[in-house]
Amino acid sequence: MSTLTTLAAETSTSTGEAVQFWILAPLAVLGGLGTLLLRRAVHSALCLAGTMVLLALFYLANGAYFLGVVQIVVYTGAVMMLFLFVLMLVGVSAADSFKETLAGQRWLAAACGLGLGLLLIAGIGQASTGSFTGLAEANGGGNVEGLASLLFTRYVVAFEVTGVLLTIAALGATLLTHRERVERNKTQREQAEERVRSGVQLPPLPAPGVYARHNGVDIPGLLPDGTPSELTVNPTLRGRGQVREVHGQALADLAALEQRTSAYQGRPSPAGPAPRGTALGGAAAPGDGAVSTDAEEARK
Amino acid sequence: MNPQNYLYLAALLFTLGASGVLLRRNAIVVFMCIELMLNAANLALVTFSRMHGNLDGQIMAFFVMVVAAAEVVVGLAIIVMVYRSRHSASVDDASLMKL
Repeated sequence: MSTLTTLAAETSTSTGEAVQFWILAPLAVLGGLGTLLLRRAVHSALCLAGTMVLLALFYLANGAYFLGVVQIVVYTGAVMMLFLFVLMLVGVSAADSFKETLAGQRWLAAACGLGLGLLLIAGIGQASTGSFTGLAEANGGGNVEGLASLLFTRYVVAFEVTGVLLTIAALGATLLTHRERVERNKTQREQAEERVRSGVQLPPLPAPGVYARHNGVDIPGLLPDGTPSELTVNPTLRGRGQVREVHGQALADLAALEQRTSAYQGRPSPAGPAPRGTALGGAAAPGDGAVSTDAEEARK
Repeated sequence: MNPQNYLYLAALLFTLGASGVLLRRNAIVVFMCIELMLNAANLALVTFSRMHGNLDGQIMAFFVMVVAAAEVVVGLAIIVMVYRSRHSASVDDASLMKL
């Protein structure tokens, strides 16, 4: 700590600090550019978190030890996690659209940003910041102690007001995100009656096709004629287009299995290996392997 | 190294944040760019504190952090609320009052 204090206290920066700056500053700018340019909001958030950690290192190098630690705890620990939680709520894949609502707004905005940057850098270049005191005296009794003595004497009113502000913010956030339920929850009986009245699908939906070779719920179940049924897959997966196809190979395997079973049991083999609803004629076909095996099982 | 370089870095980061607010459409990314601008201002305040040899700049940066935390809480709550009612986090979609 004492070496660090003297390091930040010198009137000109040391070589070590220069090396640190020239390594970390380009990385920080890269992080800022990533926040600005990456299309996915999650990638932007990660870039911003990296930039904030680098800024914490700059604070430490500048003798602001308390702020450096607070930066990591508050910004990368709390604020960025809050951002990530909201991204999770709003949808991780929410990418920007390239559609422009105002014609030429993008180029105008880029020009404005460039102008602002030039103005700021020229302003800093013009300002005479020749003399440079360093924090040796101010940090003499310790950085945290110095901050505390200022915070609880000269800035005590502002400190109290920020406390009130934080309380109001917490209240406001809970109030904003709270949702009052305007209608009563439907009871189970009411739901059942509604279902009967609509008459679309009375029993539960059919199960997905968890045949012997797959146990994924994204494989549709097969109808008796061999065609996959979309109804058997969860509507969320259907909406995302993540329904997996049933391979022709799997269907052929199934037909072969049926044939072998019927041969083993000495029954006439099913009409043929063609699975896709050509000759089998659905569940009514008397020689249908799967159905008759089930019936045999039931008899035993 | 001249400690003015920290100020140049702060100016660059502030510019990136400001351009992001103007360029991006996703409300959450716009909000993150605002955070980047606040952080850049904090870096400038800390550097000024070192240049002038007193801790008032660090106190200011501390207050900026507190206010930013409060702002993030309320702003994200508003974004979640807007998303619930319009199913979009794009700032272009919230154009109900446009003529």
